[in-house]
Amino acid sequence: MAGKTLYDKLWDSHVVRCDDHGTCLLYIDRHLVHEVTSPQAFEGLRLAGRKPWRIAANLAVPDHNVPTTSRGRGIEDPVSRLQVQTLDSNCAEFGITEFKMDDPRQGIVHVIGPEQGATLPGMTVVCGDSHTSTHGAFGALAFGIGTSEVEHVLATQCLIQKKSKNMLMSVDGRPSPGITAKDIVLAIIGEIGTAGGTGYAIEFGGQAIAELSIEGRMTVCNMTIEAGARAGMIAVDDKTIAYLEKRPLAPQGALWGQAAAVWRELRSDPDAQFDRVARLDAAAIKPQVSWGTSPEMVVAVDGTVPDPDEEQDDVKREAMRAALSYMDLPPRTPVTDIRLDKVFIGSCTNSRIEDLRAAARIVEGRRVADNIKQALVVPGSGLIKRQAEGEGLDRVFIEAGFEWREPGCSMCLAMNADRLQPGERCASTSNRNFEGRQGQGGRTHLVSPAMAAAAAIAGRFVDIRELI
Amino acid sequence: MEKFEKLTGLVVPLDRPNVDTDAVIPKQFLKSIKRTGFGPYLFDEWRYLDHGEPGMDCTDRPRNPDFVLNQQRYEGARILLARDNFGCGSSREHAPWALLDYGFRVIIAPSFADIFYNNCFKNGILPIVLPAEIVDRLFKEVSATPGYELAVDLPAQTVTTPAGEVMHFGVDPFRKHCLVNGLDDIGLTLQHVNEIKAYEQRRKQEAPWLF
Repeated sequence: MAGKTLYDKLWDSHVVRCDDHGTCLLYIDRHLVHEVTSPQAFEGLRLAGRKPWRIAANLAVPDHNVPTTSRGRGIEDPVSRLQVQTLDSNCAEFGITEFKMDDPRQGIVHVIGPEQGATLPGMTVVCGDSHTSTHGAFGALAFGIGTSEVEHVLATQCLIQKKSKNMLMSVDGRPSPGITAKDIVLAIIGEIGTAGGTGYAIEFGGQAIAELSIEGRMTVCNMTIEAGARAGMIAVDDKTIAYLEKRPLAPQGALWGQAAAVWRELRSDPDAQFDRVARLDAAAIKPQVSWGTSPEMVVAVDGTVPDPDEEQDDVKREAMRAALSYMDLPPRTPVTDIRLDKVFIGSCTNSRIEDLRAAARIVEGRRVADNIKQALVVPGSGLIKRQAEGEGLDRVFIEAGFEWREPGCSMCLAMNADRLQPGERCASTSNRNFEGRQGQGGRTHLVSPAMAAAAAIAGRFVDIRELI
Repeated sequence: MEKFEKLTGLVVPLDRPNVDTDAVIPKQFLKSIKRTGFGPYLFDEWRYLDHGEPGMDCTDRPRNPDFVLNQQRYEGARILLARDNFGCGSSREHAPWALLDYGFRVIIAPSFADIFYNNCFKNGILPIVLPAEIVDRLFKEVSATPGYELAVDLPAQTVTTPAGEVMHFGVDPFRKHCLVNGLDDIGLTLQHVNEIKAYEQRRKQEAPWLF
């Protein structure tokens, strides 16, 4: 009998029961909650007279709607304010731990989970947010769910699931200097497409993934959903365990040793069978820039925007034309000729301390270009913000002309006041370049933190490899 | 959840791949704490020429005449015909809520994004996967034929064209059972309370740090 994949192991250890058609009840260890996708779920519980099954499995934080300017005045938009207040009152009513807006631990839900040790290897982790795949970086089975499923987890601690297929995405060899986890994952999405992982759980492997830091691995797993897969994951190694040690919610004392020993087994067996294996040569990956309105529309920074006339498929050609029209880019434009209006460094993809350091290294001693109307740095959590300030990174950014903000989702999806105006073009470290994502009519180019920082200084895209 | 058995309805073609849930219902409408009232804002940025905000009365907003939902011949459509990877991106269940509130009960596409596909079943919407070449042909037939209707039969798992051509589709038996009977998932799961508790007891022994 063939060995098991990491996904097989995680799945098998959480199955409560299965019916004859393979529809299973899967036990959920950790449920992360935020203000946008939970109010209707709590309301459903109330209407049915139900209580949360296991209160301690839940951790809540407001992140999508929170202002990133000073929090002293609260939230100005009354609709946003009501949504955050609703989370506060639901958590109070049901006894769920919440890091409220003024808590120093508040931040983006996918940043604070690992930061607190609320995310642990071997767990099933869910949240009403598609970027829950982030937590797979710890050898966990983590995926986004809808609001009906949020209610289902609250009420039963389980989800009704069918097992996905296994896919191995191996990034072989070592990338060139200046190539980051973001470039790797954008290159993967460019290679397999936004539906390439649909129906699969993706395990990322290979030397380039093994050599990534834990934060880099989170960036890769975060964007698994942009490749169509709900869950992405990476095997546990010494780095995983070192990252989690002494985190507030991680096991302590004797339990820590016991847990760590079990976690070390969380990797695919050498003879495990995958339904699909895709490979990418790390050495061939260049700094990536998205040119269109889907995350698969990426090109290397030294390349040009593609020409739809060269596309044979009718549907794809029309989609490319629509994307270029929305992005206001002529075919064959060199990427380094694309001038920008705004720069956003933040989001659950790239707002951790290593991301801020990488951007600060580029920015230090330089000035944001005159054509950049706004350059934002939004740390992923209050603790990251404090750490960055301890390292003097805030001064570096502010002296260069960036704005140093409070933590939250911010301009990744523009539910708060941070947004693009119609026609504005942004270099963004976030995860989605959909039409209107960062503000109606706004144009998003997805890049790594270092590439975004360099673009802020030059006012257009530049090849980061020339600066390091 | 409203049950779904059979439906014959007008079809509207949305001819672009990778339609994401941000396009289905833009972020500003996600601030609502309710499940209803999203229909007027469905595809808001494509449907209207001005900027929409939650609570806005949409009756007099300027409409984009080029957007297919605004064409009179498709008024009252119950079936959305779409391209590959429909519903990609954000997990927001507001997307199926908006589609349902507008009046759609069926979406036909060559493929769907996983989370959206799942969310549809939780809300009484039937997402139907048909081969790309068939969907392509349906697109041509719909645009060529004003008043084009399809008949969908979930128990029989068939889609029938006006010409009488019958196409079969696949659907997971559990999801079909729930949709045909309008069943509440949570109620079904709570029939297995003892098994969930037994799992927890066993798991506490194996991995005490999780509890």
